[in-house]
Amino acid sequence: MDSDRASAASRSPESHHSETTLRVNGKPHTLVVDHRRVLLDLLREDLGLTGAKKGCDHGQCGACTVLVDGRRVNSCLLFAVALDGCEVTTVEGLAGDGEELHPVQRAFLERDAFQCGYCTPGQICSAVGALAEAAAGHPSHVTDPATPSGEPVPLGREEIRERLSGNLCRCGAYPRIADAVEDVIP
Amino acid sequence: MTGTETVLGAPAERREGREKVTGTARYAAEFDVPGRAQCLPVPATVARGRVTGVDAAPALALPGVLAVLTHENAPRLAAPDDPVLAVLQSPRVPHRGWFVALVVAETLEAARAGAAAVRITYDAEGYDVTLTPSHPEAYVPQEVNAGYPGLREHGDPDAAFAASPARVDVEYRVPPLHNHPMEPHASTAYWDGDRLVVHTSSQGTNAVRAALAAMFELPEDRIRVVAEHVGGGFGSKGTPRPDVVLAAMAARHTGRPVTLALPRRCLPAVVGHRAPTLHRLRLGAEADGRLTSLVHEVTTHSSRIKEFVEQAAVPARVMYATPTARTLHRVARLDVPTPSWMRAPGEAPGMYALESALDELATELGMDPVELRIRNEPETEPDSGRPFSSRHLVECLREGARRFGWSERDPRPRSRAAGPLLVGTGVAAATYPVLVAPSTAAAQALPDGGFLVRTNATDIGTGARTVLAQVAADALGVPLERVRIEVGSTDLPPAPLAGGSSGTASWGWAVHEACVRLRDRLAGHSGPLPAEGVTASADTSGRADADQPWSRHAFGAHFAEVAVDTVTGEVRVRRLLGVFAAGRILNARTARSQFIGGMTMGLGMALTEDSTMDPAFGDFTQSDLASYHVPAHADVLSVEAHWVDEDDDHLNPMGSKGIGEIGIVGSAAAIGNAVHHATGIRFRELPLTPDRVLTGLLEHEHPAGTLGA
Amino acid sequence: MKPFTYVRADSVEEATDAFAAHPGARYLGGGTNLVDLMKLGVEAPAALVDVHRLPLDTVEELPDGALRIGAMVRNSDLAAHPTVRDRYPALSQAVLAGASGQLRNAATTGGNLLQRTRCPYFQDVSKPCNKREPGTGCGALEGVHRDHAVLGYSQQCIATNPSDMAVALAALDARVELYGTEGARSVAAADFHRLPGDHPERDTEIRPGELITGVVLPAGPASASAYRKARDRASYAFALASVAAVLHMTDGVVDRVGIAFGALAHRPWRARRAEEALLGAAPTAAAFEHAVDLELAAARPLRDNAYKVPLARRLALDVLGRLAPPVTT
Repeated sequence: MDSDRASAASRSPESHHSETTLRVNGKPHTLVVDHRRVLLDLLREDLGLTGAKKGCDHGQCGACTVLVDGRRVNSCLLFAVALDGCEVTTVEGLAGDGEELHPVQRAFLERDAFQCGYCTPGQICSAVGALAEAAAGHPSHVTDPATPSGEPVPLGREEIRERLSGNLCRCGAYPRIADAVEDVIP
Repeated sequence: MTGTETVLGAPAERREGREKVTGTARYAAEFDVPGRAQCLPVPATVARGRVTGVDAAPALALPGVLAVLTHENAPRLAAPDDPVLAVLQSPRVPHRGWFVALVVAETLEAARAGAAAVRITYDAEGYDVTLTPSHPEAYVPQEVNAGYPGLREHGDPDAAFAASPARVDVEYRVPPLHNHPMEPHASTAYWDGDRLVVHTSSQGTNAVRAALAAMFELPEDRIRVVAEHVGGGFGSKGTPRPDVVLAAMAARHTGRPVTLALPRRCLPAVVGHRAPTLHRLRLGAEADGRLTSLVHEVTTHSSRIKEFVEQAAVPARVMYATPTARTLHRVARLDVPTPSWMRAPGEAPGMYALESALDELATELGMDPVELRIRNEPETEPDSGRPFSSRHLVECLREGARRFGWSERDPRPRSRAAGPLLVGTGVAAATYPVLVAPSTAAAQALPDGGFLVRTNATDIGTGARTVLAQVAADALGVPLERVRIEVGSTDLPPAPLAGGSSGTASWGWAVHEACVRLRDRLAGHSGPLPAEGVTASADTSGRADADQPWSRHAFGAHFAEVAVDTVTGEVRVRRLLGVFAAGRILNARTARSQFIGGMTMGLGMALTEDSTMDPAFGDFTQSDLASYHVPAHADVLSVEAHWVDEDDDHLNPMGSKGIGEIGIVGSAAAIGNAVHHATGIRFRELPLTPDRVLTGLLEHEHPAGTLGA
Repeated sequence: MKPFTYVRADSVEEATDAFAAHPGARYLGGGTNLVDLMKLGVEAPAALVDVHRLPLDTVEELPDGALRIGAMVRNSDLAAHPTVRDRYPALSQAVLAGASGQLRNAATTGGNLLQRTRCPYFQDVSKPCNKREPGTGCGALEGVHRDHAVLGYSQQCIATNPSDMAVALAALDARVELYGTEGARSVAAADFHRLPGDHPERDTEIRPGELITGVVLPAGPASASAYRKARDRASYAFALASVAAVLHMTDGVVDRVGIAFGALAHRPWRARRAEEALLGAAPTAAAFEHAVDLELAAARPLRDNAYKVPLARRLALDVLGRLAPPVTT
């Protein structure tokens, strides 16, 4: 352990902690983080952003979904120290500063696309990410292989369901969520 | 009051919706009280035995670890009514996963490291976790859940069965199931002098307060329990759970505010499960389909520390007219985690078996399964002889059949194929009792023209705030926007839990009465209101729980269309359609969501959900959400819920029946019956996973590999 | 989780040097499996060498027509890459059949190859597991093993490899490129993972400190390929069984074939016997059945997983049938 400390000391002031800077919802935050701290816990415990939820803590439910550099990811499986310099958007940051909701948030409200609400922030962030992925031409498991590569993938309900399958909802709001996502497809 | 018609029943938007979609709704683990510490439990690693030694030193040596609580040093508590709450009170280990220590630390990371470092030694004992239909220790309990008798018998069902022209004698199995709400059980606790404050993820905080008061030997008025938002419960948060006791203990022991959010992996062992049920059904009928005999016998398990008997034979006492019947429960007390409430306890597994057997009888008789059910519609509740307050099962079946296009169905099994897919449709009925409990509420008219309604209801996702505001606005005769509602805290007038589909009826009754009283009081008031407003309150004790002469149940019918892939045995539910008769629907929007949610959980019960009791280790193999498969988006295609109007004056002032659970009742049977129609194969054990379905397809008729090749 | 040192590497050499300098180190890619296992206590590295920002994040066509996928290419980018989709559809399909959109956005090509079994006994540190802790026994043998191996297992370990992607790579004759302090080398994807034998703790042929730098897909005539997977729910579930197949015909006979099964063994199971039987044969249903049966004759199902053999058989026949052009005799 001592040799670990010595070699690591050249890179950080303390062997098991590092100074890390993240931009979260547009604001820079510099923190000295325990290397073991995952992004989800940093958001919830250090920044008071409890919108991202801890449903399983193992990447098996999607409740912790946030956008990192614009891509949806499970924040429970990302060590914060490894994200130095990244841009993080959580459900709290989707709408911007005003009272106006993000279109996906508004659609969820209008469609009653949730009940207990615990999976909801993850569903919403996931939907935002999934819409961008489809627009960028990313296929899914149910995309017809004959669909031309590199072109936007049209999102029917089967596509929406497949692309949001990384977000579990125990209240069974799935049909309403698919309705909400369908509503915001340009 | 023409205006009120539109308030009650209207699809009002969820009041807490904005908080939920913006991430500002706060759940129990999200109250960052200054100085808060984090806790993690240490689960037992033997299936039965005693803790013989605890070495907390390696954990305490870690930076950030504040304390390790075990049975040796934890605060002594008074014995709880519910033995699952007696945590860290003795060295006894009643089942694997029982908590034997609790680590308190400055951070989540330190707590995790600490929990891994605690060394526990055990004196392990032999154990039995395997339920069989003929388990030697199984006995017939006096009472099963919800106070029903363990055994009911009418006439001589065995002789009647033997003499019946048409007979079905079949066994069904429902595995252990887990609620797995998306928010794991969590509590934040702190002591404010001699007062205890707890934020907990619970379906009812008055019960939590009562349990804590008894165990910590405190007057209830020194305990405040709050459950502002709850991330689902489905029964698993219906009673206080070990997390709240541990959090309160840890807060007392360390003098710090603490949060204990249980890791998902801990839940299967400590927050209850739907016990496995082994069903034997014997149905005898005349050639015209009329039942002559109905025998439903259920064998289930409970733990060593508590008798909890899933009342799965109870719905057979309600559903169909029959001159002879026996409904019987047996329970074997094993070295398993303690089972508990899961959405529609009793009805969900019981109706799966009964409605599947009825489908088998329809096949046996060559009769349409919708018509068979209608043929056996009773005049009065079969078991008790009491009149139904309202029963519209036949209407649900007919309306569902119409909407689903049932008349176009070719009744022959295996009559529809599409490439490698076999397509089939199925039907099943649903029932759920009308439960209601006494509640209190207060309504206050404010000088600004607004109204404040207070009751300790809990909104676990049902939309309680919203529907109670509608009840209040309707009773007050004012626009919905003028009603503010407060729920979710023991500071409010006491109210029962959100469970048994009884919440809205119980709370709403009290809210309605308080608001009617307030309206009357205001009618006699002239001039501006005093600064403190005018208040009226209500307590429905003695009326909500009064004996009544009616059999009160909601009913429903499910229709399912499935596609079975003959290459893989994978089953997909293409359509699920339910029609329910549940009294007056108070909010069309949130009610629809609840029905659909229940049906979706039924889909999971039918196809994907399975907890396996591991005979080698004595715990549930599926301990996480990667292995316990709750349905994902891709599993849920078209799910529709409809209802028939039902006027019932024997319920409560709103005329409502509960809607939170009936959606799961019967849906698994409708899906299973559709799989039979698709394949011609009767699968009698849930869930219908590819291993089982493919094996069935292979055994059925085809030499291996000729299908779908 | 034990505290650990964190080192971010900016080059491959820096990464391998840092690994060598830190006893008990692990490389950190997307982290989707490693972080999970660290939380479970299954992995307890003293140091993490973060390689996820190494400039190995491109897909490039090599002069000989082969396609090189950098080890840090995210699974989602790999599956979406036009060349991958057009020339190696089985690979894109396999990646998309696994995990979720979120996980694929984080998981890397190299990390996917190194993901560990989802055997519940491996994941539970309170239970015996020879893979996690050699010599403690195999909990799954007596326990619940519906999801476990039917081919190539040992009494030491009956776990399966959970990767979908690796199954396609095995069938596609990909090679895994490695770099260590002793230099660079490559291993056939089909040989990269091991059978458990007496050392189930070793999942792969990777040497201590070696880093996966990329995966190379061979050039060659465009071949039809496909991947199919059966699972307990429609998405976001590991395979009960899966198959990847590549098929190429000349003059009505099979002149190139690659078949690999997933979720049947400790590694993606390259079906060499079936392939030998098909080479030079006409692509008929009978030929496929004969070949697949030849391969699966080696299967030895456990108490609770006999279904896997017919499931794998049917998946293989279905995929091969779809890849073969209609027989025009």
